[in-house]
Amino acid sequence: MKAFAYERAADAAGAAAAGAHGATYLAGGTNLVDLMKLGVETPDRLVDVAGLPHDAIEELSGGGLRIGAAVSNADLALHPVVRERYPVLSQALLAGASGQLRNLATVGGNLLQRTRCSYFQDVTKPCNKRRPGSGCPAREGEHHNLAILGQSEHCVATHPSDMAVALTALGATVHVHGKGAVPMPGLHRLPGEHPERDTNLAPGDLITAIELPSPDAAAVRSAYRKVRERASYSFAIVSVAAAVSLRDGVIDECRIALGGVAHVPWRATEAEAALKGAAASEQSFTAAAGAELAHAQPLRDNAYKVPLTRNVLVSLLSELCA
Amino acid sequence: MTGTTLTPAVGAPLSRIEGREKVTGEARYAYEQPIEGVAYAVAVTSTVATGEITRIDASRALALRGVLAVISHENAPRLAEVGDGELMLFQSPKVAYRGQIVAGVVAESLQTAQEAAAAVALDYDAAPHDVELRPGHPRFYKPEKVNPSFPTDVAHGDLDAGLAAADVVVDATYTTQPIHNNPMEPHASLALWEDGGLTLYDAIQGTWRAHNDIAELFELDPERVRVISHHVGGGFGSKGTPRPQAVLAAIAARIVERPVKIALTRRQLFSMVGYRTPTIQRMRLGAARDGRLRAIGHDAFEQTSTIREFAEQTTIATRHMYAAPDRLTTHRLVALDVPTPSWMRAPGECPGMFALESAMDELAVACEIDPIELRIANEPAEDPEKGIPFSSRSLVACLREGAERFGWTGRDPTPGARRDGRWLVGTGVAASTYPTYRSPSQATARIDADGGFTVQIAAADIGTGARTALTQIAADALGVDAERVRMEIGDSRFGQAALAGGSMGTASWGSAVVKACKALLDQGEGEVIADTAKEVKALSKLSRHAFGAQFVEVRVDTASGEVRLPRVLGVFGVGRVINPKTARSQFIGGMTMGISMALHEESVMDREFGDYLNHDLAQYHVPVSADIQEIDAAWVEEHDDELNPMGSKGIGEIGIVGTAAAVANAVFHATGTRVRDLPIRLDRLVS
Amino acid sequence: MAEIALRINGEEHRLEIDVRTTLLDLLRENLGLTGAKKGCDHGQCGACTVLLDGRRANACLALAVAHDGAEIVTVEGLAAGDDLHPLQAAFVEHDAFQCGYCTPGQLCSAAGMLAEAEAEGVTLDAAEIRERMSGNLCRCGAYPNIVAAIADVAS
Repeated sequence: MKAFAYERAADAAGAAAAGAHGATYLAGGTNLVDLMKLGVETPDRLVDVAGLPHDAIEELSGGGLRIGAAVSNADLALHPVVRERYPVLSQALLAGASGQLRNLATVGGNLLQRTRCSYFQDVTKPCNKRRPGSGCPAREGEHHNLAILGQSEHCVATHPSDMAVALTALGATVHVHGKGAVPMPGLHRLPGEHPERDTNLAPGDLITAIELPSPDAAAVRSAYRKVRERASYSFAIVSVAAAVSLRDGVIDECRIALGGVAHVPWRATEAEAALKGAAASEQSFTAAAGAELAHAQPLRDNAYKVPLTRNVLVSLLSELCA
Repeated sequence: MTGTTLTPAVGAPLSRIEGREKVTGEARYAYEQPIEGVAYAVAVTSTVATGEITRIDASRALALRGVLAVISHENAPRLAEVGDGELMLFQSPKVAYRGQIVAGVVAESLQTAQEAAAAVALDYDAAPHDVELRPGHPRFYKPEKVNPSFPTDVAHGDLDAGLAAADVVVDATYTTQPIHNNPMEPHASLALWEDGGLTLYDAIQGTWRAHNDIAELFELDPERVRVISHHVGGGFGSKGTPRPQAVLAAIAARIVERPVKIALTRRQLFSMVGYRTPTIQRMRLGAARDGRLRAIGHDAFEQTSTIREFAEQTTIATRHMYAAPDRLTTHRLVALDVPTPSWMRAPGECPGMFALESAMDELAVACEIDPIELRIANEPAEDPEKGIPFSSRSLVACLREGAERFGWTGRDPTPGARRDGRWLVGTGVAASTYPTYRSPSQATARIDADGGFTVQIAAADIGTGARTALTQIAADALGVDAERVRMEIGDSRFGQAALAGGSMGTASWGSAVVKACKALLDQGEGEVIADTAKEVKALSKLSRHAFGAQFVEVRVDTASGEVRLPRVLGVFGVGRVINPKTARSQFIGGMTMGISMALHEESVMDREFGDYLNHDLAQYHVPVSADIQEIDAAWVEEHDDELNPMGSKGIGEIGIVGTAAAVANAVFHATGTRVRDLPIRLDRLVS
Repeated sequence: MAEIALRINGEEHRLEIDVRTTLLDLLRENLGLTGAKKGCDHGQCGACTVLLDGRRANACLALAVAHDGAEIVTVEGLAAGDDLHPLQAAFVEHDAFQCGYCTPGQLCSAAGMLAEAEAEGVTLDAAEIRERMSGNLCRCGAYPNIVAAIADVAS
């Protein structure tokens, strides 16, 4: 690991000022320290933001929930309001990482984790995300678990967070110091010509909190389903977060997000549009999945993700609407 | 000395002797020895798959405060040629694979050594590489023998004629994936030179062999090399022989004139410490309509590296499993620009039996016979390869006992017919086998002043429970309680001894321990050194193998293709079980690794860059606790006087052999999809 | 370099450290507490698990400097003198390890996990234990025995 200077942020303004001058934020460290050891991240200066007073979960007067950026993944997953009114979020968090990682990792850090693409994590190989312009060997190489939606010729990486998928389905908003509220989706960006940029944040932008809207019937009836290569402690191959409400057997409100398929937590707007007002039947679920996945551009070895995503989406919606 | 009421220790479920040390954190592994003034070494590895180093620039590394040395072929001492190219560190600018050690950095602290290693700049003249084992590779050749010294090809009768005469033929190609041993303790060494002699604390499965190998490499009198491994954090074959990090530690310690230690990174374990070769296997079975085998053909294609030949003995289990008049087994190898494959738990038997036992299941389906009955119908009266009797063989007993315990009777063989919600359910069975070896060992036994006994042997306990089993064996031989025996292992000073490998540790070491203890009783005082070389040489001509059977229930998610295993059972015939508690753990551990081979593990070759690219434990999946549900092991009564004084067969490897086939057979039963290429990833089942 | 204070297994330590030092390397290399193991150094195996301010955490991903003032319990601090912690005793009894290298992490993780389950009011059946212990790899395959040992203590 390269040498660096370490300091604790006194307040959000101080942290943001340091960030604007090139410092890197350290919170739980579960991804950053990992990447520093690999030489993928080589900060000169670390500003520790874990001690900032962003560690509370507050119920808002309008019925929403404000989650401090420094709240641990474990605490958020187990918060009684989250478990009861936003079950998809609790389930997604518990499906992510391990008990000990969830204790260290923060909500803000979880949103900003970097892709687990093999090439990105290996500094001896090219990667446009790590070294812009060096190329993307994954396109022709190993991409079994990479993106099928929204990728570019420069990058086919996926976003690894489970939590972010659930937040996307819940219509969360991210509070950024000095920038205000950023809705999800909108925080993360597709790779396009600049895969080195995971998000729309600028240097110095500091996530201070996440806000969940007042839970509607769909949020309360929400669930997360994650498919992976072993039963636990593994990143998603495909995941689905869905929040649905019904009225007389017809889908009223419906929000769906997909994980493991794109550079961002993927809001399935086409599927949502197809479902709203449709009968809650396997037929409509299949049609909706088909509408969303019609735009899929699988690579040589990840075409299986198209039927997999469809199947899992149909299966989860069937369970939620049963 | 022989109390009349003494309960024999052998057969008792004794808890591990070193259990307390291991649960309190007191047990120290190689890297953890508290040696004063130790410096830290870190390996720098090649970033091309083949070619030559043209320039090494160590200036930035050497400029860092606390860096003691940067070692490469430009400044390293010459080593003696030992025939294992993996150990010839820094002897030439040539690169044989990506991830090979090309330089080493030594520093005062770990942080500095790591930073300095990243600062060493190398230029290469890279050559085109060939890293892919593929069918029909033009450079396949027939090795002279296969690991360790089996004939490459064996033929009986006329395979083609036998197939032509058969009513039913299964002709299928199976592939198995490269698998990395990945013991939890990364390979580590701590080297210490004193008066021209070398002491090496090493993560090694056999200190005696290692001390000889290291002595040869450094051209030292073996007496001047001592290798110690009190505790070893798993090995599964990959710590069988010295690995490059031991050589690096020894060279570095000599150069900086201080003790030096190194632990490889998890990533480095994916290149330089061996792995299970991928295989392509063609199986041909010809049978009469009643399932009786007429012909068995098994052709294996595998890879090795360009710096050492390792020819895995993939088809040898097929040579003695089932009777058939016409049989042919062959091995072909190709030397690629890859790291050298090596021993990984049951090399040969494990991948080979996946193919044979999958094909037997396909034959059972084709003949419409129950897979257990098919195996029983083909049970040989004697070893089909050698025409000599088995010392004992309990395959049929294991199949019947397992069927009873598992509830096999009445199984509907129709594939894809059982559904529970979104899950398809199926069951599968496969047979298992592993040879029973024994190799010469020495043990020392002595009476201590306190009335206890000390027994010393250069055994290694890599998690097998060897220390405990040997204590039990010694206690019975001495006729005392186990508490009165002090078992000292893991030190080359204790003399010649077998490796913890080939499932022969306990048989080999136990024989020497029994001999030393009995001789000590005869002598009545002092100390006795015993050697079993003569007995091992005089063993009668019999075919000695353990057998078993695994039973698996799977559930396959129809939406996602995910596979879960609610029930796994193994039943084994292994002679006398020394310690039922640790034996059960060994069987279960082996089967767990077999499940993992079936469903999870796969080292993915990066064709463009030439290395295994999923080189960490987040991308390379081994099972977690949630993957292993109900799993149990049992054994049948088996009495065999033709083995060793304990009447025991090795149990370290048999658990893994056959398990992957049992899973694949169960997946077929559940879904109707026959997966012939491991692992059974969900994308192979999703539709 | 930075100066930090830590309370480790009940003992106060003041240390001058390279800021790059992880908690795991600090324990193992600076203090000789080699109970916590390095299996992967990237949070992918759990062998380094310790209790950090009462909660289980991967010591390999925690920069020591960021945890100045923390209270740490390692496997060396679980037993009360000569009396093994109930989890330690159960691990020996159930043969919940083979090579022993993942064991300290399993034990600290189990201790943290039992506290978490108690705080949540969750009853631990085998499936629940398996899921909650899935952050600790065991290559020897001692999982069923680990689960049995923990279940024994949990009940």
